[in-house]
Amino acid sequence: MQAGSSMKKNVWNLDEIIEKLPGYIEKLKEVSEVLLSNLIMAGEIPAPTFRESKRVEFILDRFTEAELQNSSTDEVGNAVAILPGTEGKENILIVAHTDTLYSEKVDHTLTIQPNFVIGPGVGDNSLGLAVIMTLPFILEHLGITLDSNLILLAASRSLGRGDLEGLRFFLSNTDIPIIAGVSIEGVQLGRLSYSSIGMIRGEISCTVPEEYDWSRFGSVGSIVTINEVINQILEIPIPKRPKTTIVFNSIESGTGKFSRIPKSAFLRFEIRSESDDMVHEIYQRIEDITADISYRSGDEVSLTIYSKRRPGGIEFSHPLTRNVRSIMRSLRIKPRISPSTSELSAFIDQKIPAITLGITKGDRLDDDRESIEIEPIFTGLAQLVALLLAIDGGQCVDNK
Amino acid sequence: MSTINKWLKENTFHHSKFQNINDLIKEKEKQELSISLCIPTLNEEKTIGKEIVIFKSELITKYPLLDEITVIDSGSTDNTRDVAGSFGADVYLAKEILPEVGAKKGKGENLWKAIYQLKGDIIVYIDADIKNIHPRFVYGLIGPLLYRKTIQYVKAFYERPLTTSHGVRPSGGGRVTEILVRPLFSLFFPELSALIQPLSGEYAVRRSLLEKIPFPIGYGVETSHLIDVYNMLGMEAIAQTDLDQRVHRNQQTRDLGRMAFGILQTVLSRMNSLGIISELPALNHTLRQFQTDDNIFETVEHNILEEERPPMIEIPAYRKKMGYN
Repeated sequence: MQAGSSMKKNVWNLDEIIEKLPGYIEKLKEVSEVLLSNLIMAGEIPAPTFRESKRVEFILDRFTEAELQNSSTDEVGNAVAILPGTEGKENILIVAHTDTLYSEKVDHTLTIQPNFVIGPGVGDNSLGLAVIMTLPFILEHLGITLDSNLILLAASRSLGRGDLEGLRFFLSNTDIPIIAGVSIEGVQLGRLSYSSIGMIRGEISCTVPEEYDWSRFGSVGSIVTINEVINQILEIPIPKRPKTTIVFNSIESGTGKFSRIPKSAFLRFEIRSESDDMVHEIYQRIEDITADISYRSGDEVSLTIYSKRRPGGIEFSHPLTRNVRSIMRSLRIKPRISPSTSELSAFIDQKIPAITLGITKGDRLDDDRESIEIEPIFTGLAQLVALLLAIDGGQCVDNK
Repeated sequence: MSTINKWLKENTFHHSKFQNINDLIKEKEKQELSISLCIPTLNEEKTIGKEIVIFKSELITKYPLLDEITVIDSGSTDNTRDVAGSFGADVYLAKEILPEVGAKKGKGENLWKAIYQLKGDIIVYIDADIKNIHPRFVYGLIGPLLYRKTIQYVKAFYERPLTTSHGVRPSGGGRVTEILVRPLFSLFFPELSALIQPLSGEYAVRRSLLEKIPFPIGYGVETSHLIDVYNMLGMEAIAQTDLDQRVHRNQQTRDLGRMAFGILQTVLSRMNSLGIISELPALNHTLRQFQTDDNIFETVEHNILEEERPPMIEIPAYRKKMGYN
């Protein structure tokens, strides 16, 4: 530890932090059952977006139990608490989203085996939440006291139509200055996102009017109309630079019965681009297509936006990403660098340097047989602890 | 009836009453008690890991309410023992405990041998097939024993029999309870009919009582316990705790038929030995069930003999281990 270089007590340089990591991994195995217990107990509480209150209540109980400060919820259903630092002059925000893709009707039972945990939402993002809930216990077990306050945020309403409402609300309404943000995703270990791409998510709906002439010949029904929409979207020229994609996420129509002509169809899509202008240009083209087809077919074709992200983020060379890469290298974690469309964009809007990290390896994501590996979790946690020490020690500040 | 209602009011608890685990630990330390958790298993690899992780984390690492977690296995052919061991439970094969008394097959055998193997002054038994496991399954059963010395035996039940916003709703146990055990209790041991789920596999008992009661090794163990404790100490020694919902595998009616057959044997034997009925003829131990194969009916015979282990206190090795004269 370097002495006297600032007012901070924890002025670690990165090499000193990295030296400690093998020891940390062994110590972290000793808290395995506490982490897994939090994972199971939170993960078995259903939390589809906008109906996360029971899971949030459990998280708040855990925050209170850990004797954290200011353990509370807010208008949008976040759970937040502060682990006070010895100095308390700076604040680091750790966030994991509380919501899942699964409705209450899905059996949320998790199964635990010696090497795996299996069940819906276990990696996305029950493990992330378990890390947030267990972090005070982990730091205490490792004998680490940070100078900075650690703000733990279980952010509500993140996915789909939630559009990061919880994190956005917190960042817009808090008066606590935050020096860095770390978004935790259960999977995949090695994930490193430091920038967000521009994005619009939307839904095109097609409804056949009640007064439709069912006796007319030729192809009829909402599937035909939505198919025409898809054909025309596919004709939109996509540039190589800036990198841009259009993704059709899902399509829904028909009753599954031969005797019924489908009356409605829904197409969910995503426009992604490094350029905000390109996202909006393509969106404009899709809007024109829907209006044109609506006019020509006589069907009601409408377009709804679910969420928008602006591109941005920190540089690849920013000390925050540089240090994470060094930490990953020392732990033999292969970095998977990818732009994010998740929590990062809320940080970017507030100009807070932030990254997204994954904790372990997982499989069958978005499936109710989703599984995560237990053993890599300890490496993932060591990576997080090292990053917190680096941020706390002032190693991640961009002085440019 | 008023006695039953009085007992229901005074000896029926809800787990939330005991959720302050620190208070339970203070009581435990004040009374200088040790508490053991026993999980009897037979091919439970899917659920056993979760039970151990949660109980170890919440009731040993974070709050030292339990002194040990032990799995007593009947000889699983799946990975139950490995899974349990990998998450830190003490794991034993029932047949390797007290080998001099031999090995018998049945859950009651595991529960009985646990008395010898485990160290606690209180032993909590929890079945291994619970999908929605939670620390309340343990602290809810221990609470009444720590707060009231007259209570010796605490049984779980799994729903609220109390009033709701829509008035009183019916409450009760599973199919075997409502069709067999409660009618039997109502006929011969009316006060015991106040137990909402007499067959639940989760209960906590003081060692001082446990070592004095015999153990049927099969289906009849829970029923015989209640009859024996009631006869020895009366209803004041028994309590029950509402643990809310329990999610577990549903059993087929045919399986329940075998369970009912075993329980009925045990109850009849008890009634005979207590002098409630006399001249019980020799019981036939074969249960016949039927299946059809291409419209041909076939008999399926199950030999279900409810053997019984004597009170553990009568076993010399146990007396020696405990330092009894």
